[in-house]
Amino acid sequence: MTELPPAIHLESVSRHYLMGESVIRAVNDVSLTVPSGGFLALLGSSGSGKSTLLNLIAGLDRPSSGSVVAHGQDLSKMSSLELARYRRQTVGMVFQSFNLLPRMTLEENVELPLRLAEVDRSERATRVREALSRVGLEKRIGHRPSELSGGEQQRTAIARALVNRPKILLADEPTGNLDSATGESILTLLREIQKNPGMTIVMVTHERALAERFADCLAVMGDGKLLSNGAAR
Amino acid sequence: MKLRDLSDLAFRNLREAVLRNSLTTLGVAVGVASLVAMLSLGVGLQQLATSRLAKSGLFDSIFVTPKTNLRGPGGGPPATRAPASKARPLDAAARAEISRMPNVIEVYPQIRFFTEVRYDSKPFATMVAGMPESSKASGAFDGMQGSFFSSPNADEAILQAEFAKELNPQTASLIGKDLILRYAERQALPSQAQAGDPAEYPGGFSVVPKEKHLRIIGVVETEPASGFGGFGSGRLLIPLPLAETLRAAQVNDLRDILRDTSSDKPTYSSLTVRVKSPSLVEATEAKLKDLGFSAFSLLDASKSLRIFFLVFDLLLTIFSSLALAVATLGIINTLVMAVLERRREIGVLKALGAADSDVKQLFFVEAGVIGLFGGILGVFLGWLIGRTLNFGTVLYLHRQNLPGVDITSVPLWLVAFGILFAVLVSLAAGLYPASRAARLDPVQALRYE
Repeated sequence: MTELPPAIHLESVSRHYLMGESVIRAVNDVSLTVPSGGFLALLGSSGSGKSTLLNLIAGLDRPSSGSVVAHGQDLSKMSSLELARYRRQTVGMVFQSFNLLPRMTLEENVELPLRLAEVDRSERATRVREALSRVGLEKRIGHRPSELSGGEQQRTAIARALVNRPKILLADEPTGNLDSATGESILTLLREIQKNPGMTIVMVTHERALAERFADCLAVMGDGKLLSNGAAR
Repeated sequence: MKLRDLSDLAFRNLREAVLRNSLTTLGVAVGVASLVAMLSLGVGLQQLATSRLAKSGLFDSIFVTPKTNLRGPGGGPPATRAPASKARPLDAAARAEISRMPNVIEVYPQIRFFTEVRYDSKPFATMVAGMPESSKASGAFDGMQGSFFSSPNADEAILQAEFAKELNPQTASLIGKDLILRYAERQALPSQAQAGDPAEYPGGFSVVPKEKHLRIIGVVETEPASGFGGFGSGRLLIPLPLAETLRAAQVNDLRDILRDTSSDKPTYSSLTVRVKSPSLVEATEAKLKDLGFSAFSLLDASKSLRIFFLVFDLLLTIFSSLALAVATLGIINTLVMAVLERRREIGVLKALGAADSDVKQLFFVEAGVIGLFGGILGVFLGWLIGRTLNFGTVLYLHRQNLPGVDITSVPLWLVAFGILFAVLVSLAAGLYPASRAARLDPVQALRYE
């Protein structure tokens, strides 16, 4: 049986910022591989560079040096238009603060990536319902985010991240604003989603216990460097 | 993103800050309203001027005279004269020929003669002018007391108000009364050409005093017989065909004697030739010159009028655009505020795959929607201002016992221009905020609280 190519491969990736005259090394020479279908938890204390690394994988930021390759595409060589297409087609993102647009209903929030991808209107409704039923919120389709609990909002955010059928799901502290029980249910949901063939998940978290329970691999960062990388269990 | 989705999102965003966006739209509307109102005034005045002038027949008329061939005092006696090329006389044959020319709708002579009128047994000296039937539509008789001639040969007269006041200060009481026109009829003498050399013994005419009873049927405030082609204001107006049958001696009759044209065939000092439209004047004028006559039209004056109104409209546009310029600043302010307030949303859109161009287009469409609604509302307001101006003008003119006129006009092209201009100006105003939104770093934008 042939081994699948890695979903994500980072080679000596650095991201430096200039702050006045000093250089902030947010990510410093990180090399990392995430296999296709894997669930990687990026652990580290605040300011360790894990969110910056996630943004680099998401194509929201560009490395100062090194290369980020996702499903064979070298992000560091892409134009901003190509990166936008990559974010639309290859990755889905979930944030700590959900980032749902408050004036839109769940349906409209989840539909947003489909609008950006110029999916036909006739197909959109079906895909939105599919995505919302996958996270158990099909009955709340007409509600606004403010009418939902934190867990439900995060589920909606997950539905929005999945509606364009991405290959990689990136979650930045998805349980950070939730109580432990709700956080656990969200991670259970992510784990179920990962069962889809080929779905790779990279999750940034500082909750090691949860990460060990749900992720396949753990990568620990500190001061912008990768301190350790290995199987979770 | 597709335009329909962009529009959906833009409308949704605009509805979110409904008060601010409504005020911005109102600002655009006020700007467009001032522009449309000013331009409608320019257009209205131009239409009024051109329609009045077109109705007056000045711009579709050509003034035809014989080519000047007057022998000076040093010409010597007839026997010693050099054989000069004779100017073609403007006689009945020439009139008939001109009438047959294509696009010519009317050819009539200028008949004016100074004479005496007796009214209430008192003599009054005045200038009599023959008015063609077409002068009824010239607008000069609008608002007259009484009525226009009942027929082209009716023994009727219309008095110019100033002359009428000389007869009786109560001009209205003159209508229906009779007056006597005393004039000198030109009667041709038998040509002496039969007896000898026609060059040496040209024909002549005698003048015979005559009288004609006329009924006063109207009094007119304006001077319909003055202006282009006139040798002086006619103060007693009679139908032109009637004036022709009177064969009254005119000023040019003496000139005819000098020109050897004072034979039994009457000639005209000038003819007015009217064509179907002002655009045909130039070509017809050239043809008349080819026939051997002098021809003159007011086409150049019409061009000057158009140039004047173009400059007038341009100035109005510039001044009224100031209000729109202020409104433009309002749009920029509103959209810059929107970019600041929606930084996080822009970050989310980019994280979900929106390209910089999508974000830029979204703000562009928002600016365009503000411009579109502002434009539509502005055109309506501008039209309303125009109507109010018209109403006020009509009211004022009626108080002055004058017929009402519309001084503003909002043609379809002005509606389209107003809306299009508002949209274009709004899009231009949206350039900076839109590019600022598009340039936002998504990572920074997502961190924004």
